[in-house]
Amino acid sequence: MEQRKLSVPELKEKCRLLRKHIIEMTTAAGSGHPSSALSMVEILATLYFGGVLRYNAKDPWWRERDRLILSKGHGCPGLYATLAEAGFFPIEDLMTLRQLGSPLEGHPSYRRKLPGIEASTGSLGEGLSIGIGHALAARLDGLGYRVYVILGDGENDEGQVWEAAMAAVHHKVDNLTAIVDFNHRQQTGEMWDVLDIRPLADKWRAFGWETLEIDGHDLEQVADAFARVRRVTGKPQVIIARTVKGKGVSFMEADFSWHGRAAKPEEARKALAELGF
Amino acid sequence: MPLKMGKATRDAFGEALRELGRENPNIVVVDGDVNNSTRTEYFAKEFPDRFWNVGIAESNMVSIAGGLAACGKVPFVASFACFILCNAFDQLRMSVAFPEMNVKVVGSHAGISIGEDGPSQMGIEDVALACALPGFTVVVPADEHATRAATRAIATHNGPCYLRVGRPNVPVVYEDGCHLTLGKAIQLRDGKDVTIIANGIMVAAALEATDLLADQGISARLLDMHTVKPIDEEAIVAAARDTGAMVVAEEHLAHGGLGSVVATAAARLCPVPMGFVNLGDVYAESGAPADLLKKYGLTAVDIVREVQSVLQRK
Repeated sequence: MEQRKLSVPELKEKCRLLRKHIIEMTTAAGSGHPSSALSMVEILATLYFGGVLRYNAKDPWWRERDRLILSKGHGCPGLYATLAEAGFFPIEDLMTLRQLGSPLEGHPSYRRKLPGIEASTGSLGEGLSIGIGHALAARLDGLGYRVYVILGDGENDEGQVWEAAMAAVHHKVDNLTAIVDFNHRQQTGEMWDVLDIRPLADKWRAFGWETLEIDGHDLEQVADAFARVRRVTGKPQVIIARTVKGKGVSFMEADFSWHGRAAKPEEARKALAELGF
Repeated sequence: MPLKMGKATRDAFGEALRELGRENPNIVVVDGDVNNSTRTEYFAKEFPDRFWNVGIAESNMVSIAGGLAACGKVPFVASFACFILCNAFDQLRMSVAFPEMNVKVVGSHAGISIGEDGPSQMGIEDVALACALPGFTVVVPADEHATRAATRAIATHNGPCYLRVGRPNVPVVYEDGCHLTLGKAIQLRDGKDVTIIANGIMVAAALEATDLLADQGISARLLDMHTVKPIDEEAIVAAARDTGAMVVAEEHLAHGGLGSVVATAAARLCPVPMGFVNLGDVYAESGAPADLLKKYGLTAVDIVREVQSVLQRK
């Protein structure tokens, strides 16, 4: 099912709205990872509102839907906000994040059957492998869907990511696209201080993936990358998106200690003011 | 009367999986480059399009199976019991158990009876680990016929399962074409003085033990507790009530295996004196299987000794 494709100015506005939801819902919850969600907003907005993903919010388990697996599960406020804006569930539900009884758990939980959530993630390193499973099933069933998996850059520390990288190439899984949200910042500091994984694009290329590098906040570059990977056959593709952790909120951009912290109400007001609300 | 020697349970698993593959096109297999050990090669030869060898990478193998299950496939993933449970435990947790995926996990080369390859290849923690995962059904069949029945049972059960099979040829306990109901123990002998509860290769040893005990005038009931989880509480309660003492025998470490599961049920429902025949709290070593089973206390004689000991506390 084709979604209406937003123009670049409309997408920009959608991104601003998603950032507002992310701040509000994590502040209401009193915890969460807003900065990890803010860095991938343009990627999520392009996937869901830029005509990339094929989905039907009213029939969320439609067999031929494209899949989006958020392997960096801690960034889920961004995905929840996107799914709500796309009509998978009511926007009011966002304010139940992390509360007992809410399917919007602290990390995505598949068994809650929240429309749009394709996998349980939060233990880093597993989403790409799960994505291969979905992609192989598409091949077996003769269905044309594509599978997108968003990974963190720190997640590339996990050995399983590279097990999956090798297997996807060997089995020519070309209906699979990985997106690395390369915000170069993780729980205890800058990536180059924790475990320097550079040059990351060279590593993915060496493993046999079609590898693109883009500015992950430039909507035209993001849309162009998704258009290009779709044309690749015979091998999986990875988009390494250079991003800024906490993008859009100056005090979150400036300090890595925001990894696992929500804004207090006063800080949230400042953040929303910066976003123009 | 000595039991006739049969096939290895891994062989029976491989044959049963191929047969199930003919019946159900949704059955698929992900392999960690040990298909000629686990016998998934039989399936692979007949259904190459439904089989993927992903190399020596158990974590990736298990998570891929989780993704396939989310799309309605019935994936079997098989490797050595130690590698699939210990190496891929977090993937069994996050990609299978927690999202409630219909994945069938098969651990071959379980126990110390693999022999000469030694402790690094021996799965002796696997039952405890599998039982720790919410929603998992855990099955340890006794012989080739029970393994065929168990493979069919887990394939048709909707939910994650762990099936434990072994490397060496083992004695035949059941008739060809026998039936096995998950969660329901099979009573192989009736008796009044004590109940022996066993699974896997210890069932044949326990059968021999019941004969040795009969010679001493001790009447033993024998239950094949092929399903460790969910445990057959009804059979345990009946055994405790009717015989007043129980001995649990398994080819596994002491902690978290069949003995622990039976003892937990018994403590809650029907406490009676109990004894345990298992590996204790140690890693074994290389050696001929029969020598190892003797050295580490997993023979009919060891079961008899434990029964005698528990009867003194009855």
